[in-house]
Amino acid sequence: MLDNLMLLFVWAPVMNVQMILEGVFIGAVFALGAYGLALVWGVMNVKNLAQGDFIIMGGYLAFSMHQMGIHPLLALPIVIAFMFMYGWVVYLAIIKRVIDQDMFVSLLATFGLSLLMQQVLNLIYGPEVQIIDSHLPVYDAFDGFVTIPAVKLVSLGLAAGLALVVVIFMKTSRTGQAIRATAQDPRAARVLGIDTNRIYAFTFALNAAICGAAGVLVSVIWVIQPFYGIVYSVRSFAIVTAAGLGNLPAVIGTGFGLGLIEQYTGIILGAEYQVAAAVVMLLTVLIWRQIQMRRNRQVVR
Amino acid sequence: MSSNTLLLYIGIVVSAVAGPLIFPEYTQQMAVLWVMILMASTWDTLGGQMGYNSLGNITFFGAGMYISAIIQIAMFYDVAEYTASFGAIKPEFTDEQYFTGLALGIVGGGIGALILSLFFSLFMFGLRGPYFAIGTLGLAVAAGQLTGTIDYIGGGAGISMPFFPGDIEVRSVFFYGLCFVLAALAHILLRWLYSTQFGLAINAIRDDEDKAEAMGIPTLVYKQVGWGSAALFMGMIGAVFGNMVGFIEPVEVAFPAPTFGIFMVAMALLGGKGTLWGPVLGAFLFHVIKEATWTYLLGWQWVALGLILIINIVYFQQGIMGWLQTRYPEKFGITVDTSDRDDADAKAGA
Repeated sequence: MLDNLMLLFVWAPVMNVQMILEGVFIGAVFALGAYGLALVWGVMNVKNLAQGDFIIMGGYLAFSMHQMGIHPLLALPIVIAFMFMYGWVVYLAIIKRVIDQDMFVSLLATFGLSLLMQQVLNLIYGPEVQIIDSHLPVYDAFDGFVTIPAVKLVSLGLAAGLALVVVIFMKTSRTGQAIRATAQDPRAARVLGIDTNRIYAFTFALNAAICGAAGVLVSVIWVIQPFYGIVYSVRSFAIVTAAGLGNLPAVIGTGFGLGLIEQYTGIILGAEYQVAAAVVMLLTVLIWRQIQMRRNRQVVR
Repeated sequence: MSSNTLLLYIGIVVSAVAGPLIFPEYTQQMAVLWVMILMASTWDTLGGQMGYNSLGNITFFGAGMYISAIIQIAMFYDVAEYTASFGAIKPEFTDEQYFTGLALGIVGGGIGALILSLFFSLFMFGLRGPYFAIGTLGLAVAAGQLTGTIDYIGGGAGISMPFFPGDIEVRSVFFYGLCFVLAALAHILLRWLYSTQFGLAINAIRDDEDKAEAMGIPTLVYKQVGWGSAALFMGMIGAVFGNMVGFIEPVEVAFPAPTFGIFMVAMALLGGKGTLWGPVLGAFLFHVIKEATWTYLLGWQWVALGLILIINIVYFQQGIMGWLQTRYPEKFGITVDTSDRDDADAKAGA
């Protein structure tokens, strides 16, 4: 561990550049997934544990199209459209019925969905780890100390563009306004003539589409496997809970932050601690907030 | 205790004893059934009766398993040396060594898990609703990951447990008996707890925690007792399960948050949460369905489980016991107060 720290900060500080870049590339995917979760959680109070499986499903759709000869970056709009429809169907079949229930119910129902999706993907594609080779060049910097694959740059740009489109859509369009109105007060929104049921369906479908897009990016810059979904779900939850619901800039920021934290834990403590990093971050934030709140709390002892 | 309940208990004990005698080849599956009944029942203390949906009770299962493994080995050997050989060197334990180690391991696993739950309760019970569920899920996942990094207890490669001295048939019946006794003890303890003021207090916490606190109920203590009793039994059954399986490993066996950690919740919901018998019934049905799909739908078993979970939660939420209670309230000694309704009718008429 000390050796790793020395390597990073004394012997080859230029490695930090590589770490930060990797963290940012991966953080972009985390941020997209967490943004979708924050949207669904905030608007309809549904905690979607199948978030990571939507991401992996998007990745596999791109993988299928890659096998048919379509470049993954061209497949992106098709995947988005398909996942949007899929999200709508899931809403009608499952989410619609748990939306006004106890909060825990949505957690479990979507867990069942997650189990179902990962197993069906496993039956179709098999448990092997898959990757899409995008045939884009790899750039070197700092005498070969830092390598930047072009595909990661492209995907970072796409993620940023996508996030921007969603934010502008939410701010300016009529549907975006309706979504925000429903999130504030569904009853008042209904009184004012907004079809909240439709808005819920649209929000959930939008979330699925965002996840699908994130999945395409994962499949080109990283690897996909049917059972990796749960890790993305846990990360999305950690990010949204740590950043605070309804604070979208913080959600995006925490997404990038988690990317960096995971990279640094991976290199300093070892790769086996990388998965635990998100969970430890979540627990730290939850405990820290409680210590902060403690002085306001008066209890019977 | 009414005569019907007494008959039910006699029937359960008789079938529990007769089970391994009639179907000796299914002894291990039946032992797992008792494990699942214990898991679902103890989950229900918090999840059903107290309204704190924990997704991390499996942490105590794994903790008990590892604590007992350490006790069993450390009493007679050096643990680091034992685990470093990855089961290649199997030191012979004498009968006496094995059974004292096992007994102390089970007790130690239970007490260790209890202490762990008291420690966690210091910060976990500040969380409510979905945050408690997510926080405890985080605990379980982190526990599995972090256990895998400690080389002293075998890391990700796991520990192979000491051999049971005796025949394979004797071994499976022995562990079956242990599982049954622990499940029965847990059931008796919970039955007694729910009939005391403790049961009323935790129901009050479920219905409205702030009001319960305002009425002078020391909520934190009650929550600690509830979680602690669940942890004690989860730790003990974890110790037994580790020895029954013979090989323990952090992610799949000791801290299986995505499988057993969720199954226990699904079982309690299937049977009807917040009732004494619901989790037992749910665990029985769930286990039968699970084993049947494993046997006849190989490859599709997980898909079937996911579907069951979705249908159960989306369309059949109150569970079997909940449905029976609303359908036949008089059988459960529940009197439905219709006086409000009559008043309303009278007012509407006037």
